[in-house]
Amino acid sequence: MENFYTDNEALKFQLSHPLMRRIVDLKERDYADNNQFDDAPVDFEDAIDSYDRVLEIVGEITGEILAPNAEEVDRVGVRVENNAVVYAPGTQEAHEALTKAGLYGMSLPRRFGGLNFAYVPYVMAAEIVSRGDTAFANIWGLQDCAETLHEFASEEIQQAFLPRVNKGATCSMDLTEPDAGSDLQAVRLKASWDETSQCWRLNGVKRFITNGDADIKLVLARSEEGTTDARGLSYFVYDRAEGATTIRRVENKLGIHGSPTVELVFNNAPAKLVGERRFGLIKYVMSLMNGARLGVAAQAVGLSENACREAERYAAEREQFGKAIKHFPQVYEMLALSRAKTDVARALLYETCRFVDIYKALTLTSKERPLTAEEKTELKYYQKNADLYTPLLKLFATEFCNQVAYDAIQVHGGSGYMKDYPVERLYRDARITNIYEGTTQLQVVAAIRGVGNGQYLNMLREYDSKVAEHVTGYEQELEHLRALVARYEQALAKANAWGTTSETYDFHARRLVELAGYPIMGYVLLLDTLRNNRFARSLRVFLQFAEGETAKHAAIIETFEKDRETDYKY
Amino acid sequence: MYNNKIFNIVVLAKQVPDTRNVGKDAMKEDGTVNRAALPAIFNPEDLSALEMALTIKDKLLENCKITVITMGPVRAADIIREALYRGADQGVVLSDRKFAGSDTLATSYALALAVKKTGHFDLVIAGRQAIDGDTAQVGPQIAEKLNLPQITYSEEIMNITDTRVRVKRRLERGIEIVEAPFPCLLTVHGSAAPCRARNAKKLMKYKHAKTPSELAEPGTENQSRYSQKPFLNIEEWTADHVNAIPERLGLSGSPTKVKKIENVVLVKKESQNINPNEEGIHLLIRELVNTRVIG
Repeated sequence: MENFYTDNEALKFQLSHPLMRRIVDLKERDYADNNQFDDAPVDFEDAIDSYDRVLEIVGEITGEILAPNAEEVDRVGVRVENNAVVYAPGTQEAHEALTKAGLYGMSLPRRFGGLNFAYVPYVMAAEIVSRGDTAFANIWGLQDCAETLHEFASEEIQQAFLPRVNKGATCSMDLTEPDAGSDLQAVRLKASWDETSQCWRLNGVKRFITNGDADIKLVLARSEEGTTDARGLSYFVYDRAEGATTIRRVENKLGIHGSPTVELVFNNAPAKLVGERRFGLIKYVMSLMNGARLGVAAQAVGLSENACREAERYAAEREQFGKAIKHFPQVYEMLALSRAKTDVARALLYETCRFVDIYKALTLTSKERPLTAEEKTELKYYQKNADLYTPLLKLFATEFCNQVAYDAIQVHGGSGYMKDYPVERLYRDARITNIYEGTTQLQVVAAIRGVGNGQYLNMLREYDSKVAEHVTGYEQELEHLRALVARYEQALAKANAWGTTSETYDFHARRLVELAGYPIMGYVLLLDTLRNNRFARSLRVFLQFAEGETAKHAAIIETFEKDRETDYKY
Repeated sequence: MYNNKIFNIVVLAKQVPDTRNVGKDAMKEDGTVNRAALPAIFNPEDLSALEMALTIKDKLLENCKITVITMGPVRAADIIREALYRGADQGVVLSDRKFAGSDTLATSYALALAVKKTGHFDLVIAGRQAIDGDTAQVGPQIAEKLNLPQITYSEEIMNITDTRVRVKRRLERGIEIVEAPFPCLLTVHGSAAPCRARNAKKLMKYKHAKTPSELAEPGTENQSRYSQKPFLNIEEWTADHVNAIPERLGLSGSPTKVKKIENVVLVKKESQNINPNEEGIHLLIRELVNTRVIG
């Protein structure tokens, strides 16, 4: 019996983080649900025990169904039949098993049929699912759309749509259009008010829509005639049962074959407005995207874990020159680096989740009662951190995931290039993670703000004071981290001298973001290591790696002259 | 079918030592299994029996009630909890020192009485056999004692009406499709659909469910919870509850006597190693032709 939760102690470890008590207390609001719902916890310990046991179910279904099906799902892919997307049989089986186990709607309140789980265990489930089948992680992860409905839609819409999620209704976020990809302000799909039937009507085309034939679709559309920018866009919810969309095609992709990517046409499709007009992109989609980016990061970490294990297993079994190849330095370096990247990405993932958890729970509380002054400060602090960390996390988790999958093939040698081993699929699946939900380059655009306004530096200082008190045994690692921070500050000073609005600064934005990111990840992993020394090796390996990357980036900045980017322009 | 009428299913399940993990303390001196020394699991074919009941419930919803009965020591309550997590409505642990050492005759006697005590039932479903004994006798014996038609080796329910069930049986050389009127008893073959995973909400609802014996154990906190939430109380029946005649229980009710336990070590005889090369393959083919396995 394979269980992808219980076989990975690093997951349960995250449930024991000191902040979990605050998170669960907020999420369960004095454990009041217990009087009304039989499945609600009575106290903190009870809630954590439920998280643990439910994740065990996720781990079991993933280990027993998703993972064994993944290869065939990749081979069979999806097809369109009678204007409907048909999942691969293995995907259908997975969806049905997870539905029967009552796992969908994991983060939704109990009154909507959800489990009312905090973000940490919810995202953990996404990581586990992705380790089993990265393509399926999309179908699973898009339940996040329900979170957006819960946050912003009217009670009436929530009542109509949210209880369906736990019963297996699938979701999609329909944003991209042929001429509106990274630049969503250019969305043209038209929404017009239909006086006769008293509803909105959607007309136009959406492209590259993940799980685009889902039951519940959240659609970004232009509701304000004559506008051309973000302020003319609103957010709508459309029920597939209305039958007013046509599937034009499903894309033939490099990877994630089990996850349908669809081009669809809205034909006068009746839809309901979510929240207020004109806030579609600037508020709701931004919020949804933050959640989705966290989801993709979880997907990337799950895939990395899978690739790491495949490489470790192969390197232990495969013998050349009379011994297992894992004993050769060039091979074990790849294995250790992959493990370190996976561990550090996971540490950053759950650190970010904790920030999201607290600010989301406090935001929800603020709708029921006024927050105290301390709570308001707390909300602001964690919201700021969530916004600060989400792009950083998406960037590193997905880039690392690509590197880990690449090295997993390399460890396998020629065999890894063949379809006989799963690593070639992982390599193909990994490739989308640093593209969708905002490319790495767009994450840089979001993250560079934290470089400019000093917020990453503030966090680094905060971590340093937190760590300094009880760092016994890891003094050397702390010194190493401090040196990385100093190097970052040095490079930053040089970049600032160019002027933060200059193209030269922009040209180095990714380098600057990465220079901030390495020590941040290092501190987060050090904090984890101080609670559990199982990460000590990964920490040391990662710091060595970060040293090299930092030196490389810093050297380019330090030797760069203003306006030299013109050499790169063609 | 069964409009406005409750369709009652009794599932019989056994907690068994996990025979995939047998250590040296697996057997006691008297030749019975030392349950304390082995990890305890839900007998696999009983899980398939539960799944068969649950698929019926999927169709009839609240018009169907599944009661799971297990006979065993106090910790057999795990089986009831596992069944509740998957969708059973209630469970009974049949537990009494007087049951200790029961063979299939004494076991089927006690279980038949327990099934009777549940009241009206339409269908009894059990696994074909338990992995600790492999007898496949208990199900059929219960059917006889309750005077029920029985369908053994069931693999799938093909059809179900108000009065009858049609079942596909998995036999050694094929399948057989048979019907029986209600009430009847099915034993389920390992080739039937595996049981669904535990349901998250049900798990959280029932994870604290306990039998009176478990509640009496030291360390049970939050006792008041059990009076506030009746569903947390798992029923426990003793020999007296089912009105059993003491002589027909346990060792005294069990004509089966274990004479001797022997360790059988398989040793290889007449085997030969064949090298994985061209020459080896020729040798192997020649050998197989000579012994008329092929050709």
